[in-house]
Amino acid sequence: MYAALWRVIPGPWFVKLLVFLVLIAAVAYALIFHAYPWFMQTFFPTPDVTVPE
Amino acid sequence: MLARHRKRRPRSRATFASVFGELLLTAGIIIGGFVGWQYYLSDAIMGAQQQDAASNFAASLGPLDRVAEVELRTDEPPAESKPDMHDNYAVMYIPRFGDFQRVIGEGAVPLVIDSLEQGLGHYESSALAGEQGNFAIAGHRNGLGGPFTELNRLQVGDRIYIQTDVAWYVYEYRNASYVEPTQISVVAPVPDLPDLPAEDRYITLTTCNPEWSAEGRLIAFGVLVGWLPLEDGMPSELAEHLEEIA
Repeated sequence: MYAALWRVIPGPWFVKLLVFLVLIAAVAYALIFHAYPWFMQTFFPTPDVTVPE
Repeated sequence: MLARHRKRRPRSRATFASVFGELLLTAGIIIGGFVGWQYYLSDAIMGAQQQDAASNFAASLGPLDRVAEVELRTDEPPAESKPDMHDNYAVMYIPRFGDFQRVIGEGAVPLVIDSLEQGLGHYESSALAGEQGNFAIAGHRNGLGGPFTELNRLQVGDRIYIQTDVAWYVYEYRNASYVEPTQISVVAPVPDLPDLPAEDRYITLTTCNPEWSAEGRLIAFGVLVGWLPLEDGMPSELAEHLEEIA
């Protein structure tokens, strides 16, 4: 799967590496700032930190 | 002499097993990434937003560049006016936590405590800042900016500064208590003694315990040690601390 991706990216090996790293960074960004917060807010309701009044 | 040809390595075929294996590895990294994010990053990112909101609100309350040159006052503090529900009320600074600052909104409710623009909620039936009685505030331990993650690290004498549109109030931490979630007496006018009328001026901070759980509560208690009118400027100790860590 990743080997196929590597072949698909054009250019000499250092260009492939750069594009690959950029893709990883984009996926990481999407995960950290969008997917993970959404997941946490949907499936982990916030606990109550108060004592009832 | 025979010329040596580089033997071309046959390209390996993608099999069901290899693709499935790579998918599992990818899933593992994504899930592991989530755990790492939740544990390390999420509070740092959301906490930073709450910090920004706090410094903006603090700037709107009064000048932050002025440092008080007078001693803390111990006479009767000024009267505070009760804010509307959910409104920004004050800013809390806790030097023990570094450059920590958070907006205190009116109401110990999710809308306020979960907010990335606020983060701390004031129990609306408890006293206001500086007032006789118990100024009680709730905040998350982990998640949603986790303002009170390190509440257990407070030490006797640690200062908690409250900035309102009227005055600076300086409280000092005294002790903590680990209680059941139902122990409502901790926010009584005299903490844990709900039948006594208010005599002194206390601050109470409530959060969850143990970390990442809502099984119990960690309660931190403090007392008012002094105040300054807002125009006098920021208490010098706080100003020095913020300067040091800047």
